[in-house]
Amino acid sequence: MKDGVNGVALGVFIFFFVAVTVMGFLAARWRRAETEHTLDEWGLGGRSFGTWITWFLLGGDLYTAYTFVAVPAAIYAAGASGFFAVPYTILVYPLIFTFLPRLWSVSHRHGYVTTSDFVRGRFGSRGLSLAVALTGILATMPYIALQLVGIQAVLDVMGVGGGESTNWFVKDLPLLIAFGVLAAYTYSSGLRAPALIAFVKDTLIYIVIAVAIIYIPIKLGGFGHIFAAAGEKYASTGVGSVVPAPAGQWTYATLALGSALALFMYPHSITATLSSRSREVIRRNTTILPLYSLMLGLLALLGFMAIAAGVKVTNGQLAIPQLFEDMFPSWFAGVAFAAIGIGALVPAAIMSIAAANLFTRNIYRDFIRPDATPAQETRVSKIVSLLVKVGALVFVLTMDKTVAINFQLLGGIWILQTFPALVGGLFTRWFHRWALLAGWAVGMVYGTLAAYGVASPTQKHFGGSAKEIPGIGEIGYIGLTAFVLNVVVTVVLTVVLRALKAPDGVDETSPEDYTVDAGDRGVQADLPSAASGAGH
Amino acid sequence: MSETPEVRPPVVTPVRVVIGVCLLAPFVAMLWVGSYAKTDPTFIGIPFFYWYQMLWVLISTALTMLAYKLWKRDRAGRGGADGKGAAR
Repeated sequence: MKDGVNGVALGVFIFFFVAVTVMGFLAARWRRAETEHTLDEWGLGGRSFGTWITWFLLGGDLYTAYTFVAVPAAIYAAGASGFFAVPYTILVYPLIFTFLPRLWSVSHRHGYVTTSDFVRGRFGSRGLSLAVALTGILATMPYIALQLVGIQAVLDVMGVGGGESTNWFVKDLPLLIAFGVLAAYTYSSGLRAPALIAFVKDTLIYIVIAVAIIYIPIKLGGFGHIFAAAGEKYASTGVGSVVPAPAGQWTYATLALGSALALFMYPHSITATLSSRSREVIRRNTTILPLYSLMLGLLALLGFMAIAAGVKVTNGQLAIPQLFEDMFPSWFAGVAFAAIGIGALVPAAIMSIAAANLFTRNIYRDFIRPDATPAQETRVSKIVSLLVKVGALVFVLTMDKTVAINFQLLGGIWILQTFPALVGGLFTRWFHRWALLAGWAVGMVYGTLAAYGVASPTQKHFGGSAKEIPGIGEIGYIGLTAFVLNVVVTVVLTVVLRALKAPDGVDETSPEDYTVDAGDRGVQADLPSAASGAGH
Repeated sequence: MSETPEVRPPVVTPVRVVIGVCLLAPFVAMLWVGSYAKTDPTFIGIPFFYWYQMLWVLISTALTMLAYKLWKRDRAGRGGADGKGAAR
């Protein structure tokens, strides 16, 4: 598998990498505003992005390098069950169509930068806001770490880094360089850097997928042959199948639904959303973003192709990079690797910005320095974005890869527990803040314990994200079960607390805040002062 | 909290029902896994299970687009009642 360094591929990879690095630094000057040192500028790109930039940014943000590596890897390992990513991304868009524009409007009206900002403003509860912020940061960290895993897989197949080199420093040097560069331009350019780089990333990805989906099946003798080969492999190993068995269908559906509900709870999704110029941009984007789902579906099929092409890897994550190396001429393999590598940088940058914003707004400003100026906020955010990345790097370098994957799995379960406070809050003020907090806690505890108890052939704990649903008896996604539990607790406690007349927090929003659009009175004009936090 | 305008068109209208159906349909189709967990008919060698779901990417996109268009028309027809004081 490791047959030395692939010089041509590496050369092409480095070329693209240098190109996006230059872009990343130049991005600081792109669409620059007068008021530079505010979180709106650094952390949300001045809230100025139009339909297409938002499309590239969200696409670059949601369809990460890890997705590109992990989804086909899951198919390679177990077949149909890995394809749930496709219905999952189908369901996301009709879902966000209903609530994301409301979040955009209220955030613009009140200068909210994070979801926790909204929760605090809506429910007048710093505790609930802190819970949402901590959940967001916790869920994002391992996600960043997994982006590094994606880069590592590519470097590994190219023959640099990773592997069995004796010296740890030499071994990890390529990864360290990649991350040093990423950290530097995120620090200097903020959200503008990933927004600009996302163009390159997605263009490369679309080219690679288009070529792969036509070229590889021709070389392998057509899809009929590919699926036949895959079927034989699953039958002989006894793991997986080409079409899900009836027993696996609940798991498939609950994973799709739960993941769809969770996706836009992640801080990085919200950061990309709030950076858009208007409410219309978001609604329009829900109609063009599915293009990425189509690409993801095609990409997933590569997992079957890897089987048919006879790719044999012990680490499933290497299946797709290895397939590219085996099938493509070296130079094009280099393009494909660059697509994955850059595909890791964009989301990693956005995620670290999002986590940093959460820390700054909802921990630093709410609990440590309530009178922080916008310039201070920006500085803290920049530094935290660095720390978050260093943390992720340490995570990947010192711990086993499975730890990052386990935590990411947990992260998905956790982040889903913020749904009732956020989406519920966007539509109604009926839920009581304490009930929401209790529901969140129950969901978190149940989800964590349930995931801990899942064993797999290779792991004693955190062996998967599906478990028997209590009361139904089918195997379902733990996150969704925890979510249902969370909602039940929230509703019951709200009824109780309302009956007891427990003090309701102050709601600083009003109904019309949820439907305003750019250009309306009070939306643009209010921004600078609201963002400075003077109003709170 | 309660600044409801005095005269308000009904909340549930046929157009809104259609919008709701457009947005709900993908959920029914995709979560009913049993309806598509089969191999035949295949399309250029791809089992039904896979091409059917990819087809739904396109169907749900079309439905969301339709919902978007209807929603825009609905809002315009209400003279900005949805977005109070919305710039038209």
